[in-house]
Amino acid sequence: MLCEECGKNPATVHYTEIVQGQKTEYHLCESCAQEKGVAAYEALAGPFSINQLLSGLLNFDPLVKQRMEMPKSECPNCGFTFQQFKQIGRFGCPQCYETFDPALDSLLKKIQSSDQHVGKVPKRSGGVVALRRQLDDLRQELQERIREEKYEEAARLRDRIRDLERQIKA
Amino acid sequence: MSVDDFVSHAASKWLSEDGPESDIVISSRIRIARNVTDQAFPMLSSDEDKNRLIDAVERATQSEEAKAIGRFEMLRLETLSPIDRMVLVEKHLISPALIQVQGGAVLLRDDEEIAIMVNEEDHLRMQCLLPGYQLDEAYRLADRMDDLFEETLDFAFDEQKGYLTACPTNLGTGMRASVMLHLPALVWTEQINRILSAITHVGLTVRGIYGEGSDALGNLFQVSNQVTMGQSEEEILGNLHSVVRQIIEHERKARSFILQEARTRVEDRVCRSYGILAYARQIDSKESLQRLSDVRLGLDMGIIDGVSASILKELMVATQPGFLQKHNGHEMGPAERDARRASLIRERLRQQH
Ligand SMILES: [Zn+2]
Ligand SMILES: [Zn+2]
Repeated sequence: MLCEECGKNPATVHYTEIVQGQKTEYHLCESCAQEKGVAAYEALAGPFSINQLLSGLLNFDPLVKQRMEMPKSECPNCGFTFQQFKQIGRFGCPQCYETFDPALDSLLKKIQSSDQHVGKVPKRSGGVVALRRQLDDLRQELQERIREEKYEEAARLRDRIRDLERQIKA
Repeated sequence: MSVDDFVSHAASKWLSEDGPESDIVISSRIRIARNVTDQAFPMLSSDEDKNRLIDAVERATQSEEAKAIGRFEMLRLETLSPIDRMVLVEKHLISPALIQVQGGAVLLRDDEEIAIMVNEEDHLRMQCLLPGYQLDEAYRLADRMDDLFEETLDFAFDEQKGYLTACPTNLGTGMRASVMLHLPALVWTEQINRILSAITHVGLTVRGIYGEGSDALGNLFQVSNQVTMGQSEEEILGNLHSVVRQIIEHERKARSFILQEARTRVEDRVCRSYGILAYARQIDSKESLQRLSDVRLGLDMGIIDGVSASILKELMVATQPGFLQKHNGHEMGPAERDARRASLIRERLRQQH
């Protein structure tokens, strides 16, 4: 394929842009892409926008496709459909994740190393999440102490767990 | 600060200053994606929503906490000329995608170390870009900005999926940490491809900044984390650190190896490139990147002196098409750009003495 811009060199830079839900594909040679500042930026930005890769995965990987059969309609909040997601690899709104959740597990395991977030939790809105995570840790520690027959420490941990449980309920 | 201040100087702080390990590490960057709960992602959000978001982000910079971080300026992309927009891309302050969308804006701290894109693929994309090897410092700064905005904006967050992003490849932490490395000796000794492929096996990705693999122009490479979910921010940074430290060590070894084994050849290449940059009357961006890399290597290895170390970084940006045209005040064809590029490099090198 030749570069769309100059029509002379082979197109080696391929990317997809989505403006207002409208998808446009670009196929450029290295020098025209650089003129556009695209190659330089994309390289620097790293894999931040690998949407085209993702939608490739969604559409061509038979395993993913099989598990992702998803007759379900559209997101009640933004009207986005799963079909659209499969085409462009992006969702319409945060609520889409809830809407299409059943179809996402296998995909997330494929593109991420796990389907469980373990990083930062927002301070204000993540209050309960943070406490719950602390609770999980304490419960695990409790099991270990019991296994080690360190019952005094286990009792102390149990008190802290009760406190936390009360806090979460409140 | 005005738009002109941001676009007329090549010298963002990440370009003009050196940081730790700056003989190999050009810059360190953290990018964090965040979205608010009450709007569709920018691809679908209304102009009204987009404006509301820009206003809310701008308001958040009026607080005392924000002022302690620095002075910020919001630039709405539609108010900028095409060349000005291109310059912001070349300085790595915004993405080309931001230029394409309706209602895009960028919030810049006056030293340009913090750049927050509004209404790109995600509602907010915060970037902290520092010179040299300062990954942890960049993360601390980004984390602080995140906390600042979280005080007034409701971020979309799910206990299991983490921060919700338009594209599921950014779910979880929403964070990309990356380091830009100058690796001429690993390219010279042809070790680079082996090292690059090893990197991809440990959950990181690596790319040439301009071009791929051993053909990377200017011998500049970017290493970043591949996944955003299932690892905490600390784990992501720790993983990246351990790999970057190994690469730095390999590059240092390769530099002393070529100096020992092929001193004359190295000196010849460095000085030849310096000569070309100092006297050429026409040079394209590909050749200039390669020559600048040679000169920078010569400087870092003590083969030449009298040139500022930030020269590679600064000219790397200043010789890009948008910047050249800004500097010259009008649009130019390729031939005119090549002539203008050559004279800019000559001037810059002469100022060094
Ligand atoms: Zn072309
Ligand atoms: Zn939705």
